[in-house]
Amino acid sequence: MTLALTRRPGLARLRAARQPLYLACLGFVLLVVLAALLAPWIAPSDPNAVDLGNVLAGPSAGHLLGADTAGRDTLSRLLIGARTSLIGPLGVVVFSTVAGVAVGAAAAWRGGWLDSVLSRSTELVFAFPGLLLAILIVTVYGEGLLAPVLALAIAYLPYVSRLTRSLVLTERERPYVAAYLVQGHSSVQICLRHVIPNIAPVVLAQSTVNFGYALIDLAGLSYLGLGVPALTPDWGRMVFDGQTAIQRGYPLSAILPCLVIVLTVVAFNVVGERWADQVARRDR
Amino acid sequence: MPDTVLEVTALQRTFGTVRAVDEVSFALAQGGSLGIVGESGSGKTTTARIIVGLDRPDAGKVLLHGRDRTERARGRAQRLARARQIQMVFQDPYLSLDPRTSVQAALRETLRLHFPDIDHARRIAELLDQVGLGSWAADALPRRLSGGQRQRVAIARALAVEPAVMVLDEAVAALDVSVQAQVLNLLADIREQTGIGYLFITHDLGVVRCVTDDVVVMRHGRIVESGATAEVLAAPRHPYTRLLLDSVPRPGWDPRQIAAARRAL
Amino acid sequence: MTRTLDIKSLRLRLPDTARPVLDGVDLHIAAGETVALVGESGSGKTLTSRTVLRLLPKGAETEGEVDVAGENVLAMTPQQLHALRTGRVAMIFQDPRAAINPLRRVGDFLTEGVRLTGTLSEQDATRRAGELLEAVGLSGAVLRHYPGQMSGGMLQRVMIAAALMGDPVLLLADEPTTALDVTSQAEVVALIGELKERFGTGLLFVTHDLGLAAAISDRVYVMYAGRIVETGPAEALFADPRHPYTRALLDASPRLIEPGRRLAAIDGQPPDLRQELTGCPFAPRCRFATGLCTTQAPQPQAAPGAPGHLAACHHSDRLAEGAADA
Repeated sequence: MTLALTRRPGLARLRAARQPLYLACLGFVLLVVLAALLAPWIAPSDPNAVDLGNVLAGPSAGHLLGADTAGRDTLSRLLIGARTSLIGPLGVVVFSTVAGVAVGAAAAWRGGWLDSVLSRSTELVFAFPGLLLAILIVTVYGEGLLAPVLALAIAYLPYVSRLTRSLVLTERERPYVAAYLVQGHSSVQICLRHVIPNIAPVVLAQSTVNFGYALIDLAGLSYLGLGVPALTPDWGRMVFDGQTAIQRGYPLSAILPCLVIVLTVVAFNVVGERWADQVARRDR
Repeated sequence: MPDTVLEVTALQRTFGTVRAVDEVSFALAQGGSLGIVGESGSGKTTTARIIVGLDRPDAGKVLLHGRDRTERARGRAQRLARARQIQMVFQDPYLSLDPRTSVQAALRETLRLHFPDIDHARRIAELLDQVGLGSWAADALPRRLSGGQRQRVAIARALAVEPAVMVLDEAVAALDVSVQAQVLNLLADIREQTGIGYLFITHDLGVVRCVTDDVVVMRHGRIVESGATAEVLAAPRHPYTRLLLDSVPRPGWDPRQIAAARRAL
Repeated sequence: MTRTLDIKSLRLRLPDTARPVLDGVDLHIAAGETVALVGESGSGKTLTSRTVLRLLPKGAETEGEVDVAGENVLAMTPQQLHALRTGRVAMIFQDPRAAINPLRRVGDFLTEGVRLTGTLSEQDATRRAGELLEAVGLSGAVLRHYPGQMSGGMLQRVMIAAALMGDPVLLLADEPTTALDVTSQAEVVALIGELKERFGTGLLFVTHDLGLAAAISDRVYVMYAGRIVETGPAEALFADPRHPYTRALLDASPRLIEPGRRLAAIDGQPPDLRQELTGCPFAPRCRFATGLCTTQAPQPQAAPGAPGHLAACHHSDRLAEGAADA
């Protein structure tokens, strides 16, 4: 089987990830997820507590990673912000995967006019910049996480549906599918019970890579002030808030969320690529 | 004269401008074994796919016990009934089983579909025994099995449906000689015990000689010769059948003469 | 006289196996001779032929010698090896479609090897390719065709022409006709035979088909579980096999028995590579096996009065008697 995940140019270089890098990235992913889950318990202080005495403070015992322009504790905001920053991409990935697999599988299995309609419409979405789509929807629906998540999910759907379509097309040519048809199983049963589970690892690898992209896109939207409400701690929002800090010569509260975003995206990318490679190796 | 279980009349199938199957008719007697011999491009595989219902003919009919099964199956009941008429064993034992499904799960899936009320564990044990696999094989995934063992699993799965006819599409072609003999003997045993009818699709005259009563020779989508296997192989009337027979390598074989005969045909 | 190919006690180990995949293989081919190597899948026949070009799997360790025209392939430098592969030894593969780049014209494929090594200029190479295509029964126009436009039989002829481009002394043919129809098989075999005579090339024909091997070769080697179990002149081996495995293969072959009779199948399966072997590898499936067979590996012994007919079996004589009884 040929595997072709969709990648953005800059990150394609990370494909040749070696074992130690993969393990480090997997570890980082787990760490971030764990931090997000446990954030309310491990955050040292209230992320929105304003401490005007410590505005733009450097690292100290009271504020391990310093504080921002409003004197809010950066570490706490990073930890709590991990929740919003991860739940958004998760929504994007879950929705785009489920819908993308459904669309791709239906297009490949039924073929004919359905395939043409579905493929053309996903290509239409492809041609439209995802971020622009998101901005459009957010301006119509106003603040809140749901609108940008839905918008990006639609924008990401073609990545999954195109991959699924080509995988299902290859898979359905395999004799075992014909064998099940002859046995009297219905097409839907065969597709759900055998074909989709067989292609799942590849699709999940693509979704893992998409997770990283979605995170960066959502952070971008937050940075533009779209989506996440102003007071909710969020990495993208923190970068935005940190702008004034940089102008005043205290870059720490802006650089830290940037760093976390980049590391998380890279880690998800490496892990996803590695999984795809493993599937490819197993199939040979 | 035994009853006819499967009858094919004037089948036609065209792909673009190629007549893959052209006016093909034959009949399989109850509990009989019929070989369809031909080379690649002879239309034998297309014929088999039409018979099992994976493809539909442009014209002609496939009758089982006199009932037409050429149209697309309507609804679940008809789909299952069709499956119980004809089953198929495919050429490549490495690809015709879902790599993720264990032997037991594959058989159970079929039994659940066709016989939801029987004791599945017992029937699975019976089927494995019937194809000469021990109960050890039940939990195995296809990749743990050899080619011959996988083909036995495929046969067991086809038998699980209790079909009237089994189509074997080059079912032993990918197997080593010694394993091929085991599987051919197994198939002969099963026919004796169950009275199932076989349709052997093959390019190998040796296989035809071993396991069929009657034979149909196909070339370019048409039947060029048919008759009792022993007679056709002993005294072929069509030059193409003769060429096929002569092409089987043996000591003192002259490939040059065959090559010349092939060009002359 | 130097033999074209002389394999001496070749032993090949792969990682994660309990026993050598090839275990003391001795095989030779005289100049211009046709030799068939017969075995079932996993017997090591393909590996043996690939060892001649040192096309070995990763992590393989070899012992023994593989001499091509007197030079040990296993001790060659990369440069020597490259010269060997592009010149003196050529290989024809089972599936011509898998061995040819579908996006390049047939002409490029044929001339690539000699052009890269600089043995021939582009003009000379194209001329020679045209000649060889005619020798294999294709027209020179095929040079401009793409592989997708040709049938399997035609492509296999192209592969044969390509193999002859570098004037090889030895041709390795690994199941060259298995993917072809029976009638094209005859044609390709006839062709290989003709060319071999015309160019004086030695031929190692690797196949699972004992009938085919006997029909075309001067001598046959039968391989089982990485060992040569029997070798001899084709007719002798066919008419009077001295190893029970050869006998069993003949009996299991459907084309040779009377219609409607049961085949004499060999029970069981070849030994697994994860399993160590003591004694004769065929013993568990052999009806002649005795206690001796499971403890002591039999050495090749010549048949009475036929020094070229060797079998590695403790009971070759009983086998001959058994055949006489039946």
